[in-house]
Amino acid sequence: MSAPGSTALRRTRLHSLHRELGGRMVPFGGFEMPVQYGGILREHDAVRERAGLFDLSHMAQYDLRGDGVAAWADELTVNAVATMKPLQARYNIFTNERGGCHDDVLFYRLPDRWLLVVNAGNREKMWELLNAAAAGRPDVQVNSDHGQRALLAVQGPRAAEILGPLCDLDVAALKYYYCAEGRVDGAPAVIARTGYTGEDGFELFVDGRDATRLWTLLIEAGAPLGLEPAGLGARDMLRLEAGMPLYGFELSEEISPLAGGQGWAVKTAKPAFTGKAALVAQLERDDYDRIAGAVLEGRVPARSGYAVFRDGERVGEVRSASIAPSLGNRNIATVLVRKDAAAVGTALQVEIRGSQHAATVVPLPFYKRKA
Amino acid sequence: MAQPDGLLYSKEHEWAKIEGEVATIGITDYAQNSLGDIVYVELPRVGQALAAHASIGVVESVKAVSELFSPVAGEVLEINPALEKDPATVNRDAFGEGWMYKVKVAGPPADLLDAAEYDRFVASA
Repeated sequence: MSAPGSTALRRTRLHSLHRELGGRMVPFGGFEMPVQYGGILREHDAVRERAGLFDLSHMAQYDLRGDGVAAWADELTVNAVATMKPLQARYNIFTNERGGCHDDVLFYRLPDRWLLVVNAGNREKMWELLNAAAAGRPDVQVNSDHGQRALLAVQGPRAAEILGPLCDLDVAALKYYYCAEGRVDGAPAVIARTGYTGEDGFELFVDGRDATRLWTLLIEAGAPLGLEPAGLGARDMLRLEAGMPLYGFELSEEISPLAGGQGWAVKTAKPAFTGKAALVAQLERDDYDRIAGAVLEGRVPARSGYAVFRDGERVGEVRSASIAPSLGNRNIATVLVRKDAAAVGTALQVEIRGSQHAATVVPLPFYKRKA
Repeated sequence: MAQPDGLLYSKEHEWAKIEGEVATIGITDYAQNSLGDIVYVELPRVGQALAAHASIGVVESVKAVSELFSPVAGEVLEINPALEKDPATVNRDAFGEGWMYKVKVAGPPADLLDAAEYDRFVASA
């Protein structure tokens, strides 16, 4: 069985529309994706204040079918799968034997299958892992959509208002982290109240052949309410403000869910899962380096990889960083630091081009939307 | 993209407006557009001596750090104080309000481009 995709940069169905909208295309996770259209700060504000439309078709969608899926997946991941209710969505992490992360994912429990959404950069690795794990299991079938589906996200406080009139179901009544099968302007869709921005919003799993029409329709329907197309730059800024991890930065094969601040998702009461022993040992020793939030003083931005010190001693490094418009344009960062430097209130220094800049550990998330 | 006439341009996308001994320096509109939202500008100090094409500061956008190079040799006379509070001035008006610093020029500027040459340089980039 071969992995879907190849080494050349791939394009989503919306590629030419992104270009028409002035999207600046960059390589991301093996795809050519828009990092911005009108500007990252402007798109950020559109999502926080009104709504933004994202093309997330680069993320891989795998279908899991069979009576054994829940029990099988529970042995590969840290969070509970079998306890998911019909049409529920749940964040989860596939772990290695050392407790590190293969990928962080979303499971959606649909009537006839489970939909698994994995990071674009991990699509081949996860495809191989899922197929290897399903080998010899007649009660688990793993299928790829082979790029036939698209994923659009409408995110922001006005998302329900924009999407509602286009759907054949009451999207406003959809609960957070639940989904439904319905139609968007007649096109079949899984409509999920999920997202990666810290705002209310919906993700639409649709047939790739409907993607262009639905994107155009959402842009037109949303424009009067202030919706704008938003790229990966705004998405990264929004997720960082909201304290959500990005694979490769806050989580990796070396950074465990506990270290990455996702301990809430680790269900050690499950009888067995890959990496459980390592994670239980980490929990007991509680001595691992961990992700903390930091706010910098001054206007100089931190960048991923910059060294972090406390009282002249190196204690870790910056993993993600950004200016945070939702926090008065202060510079924020996630830092991976020793346990004793991760407590809220700790005074840190970030080394930027040879000089030390003061920072303070703050609670995550940096930003929480008003209920 | 038409560049303003009367300025000189470097291949590092800086512009210099030379009036007598004094050169006003900034980055081009092409540069600010490529960088995207500018959030921080680190400029040389007043009094600092700059060699032509030396790295003398940084401009940081939301996504990236880029070096600034001096298109001319000379001594820094003044920096634009507005950029500390509002670095996005460079995005809004790269050739005007978004100027970065002024230099007392030491010797004639070498190997800079005129507007038409810079246009062609950008078009071929």
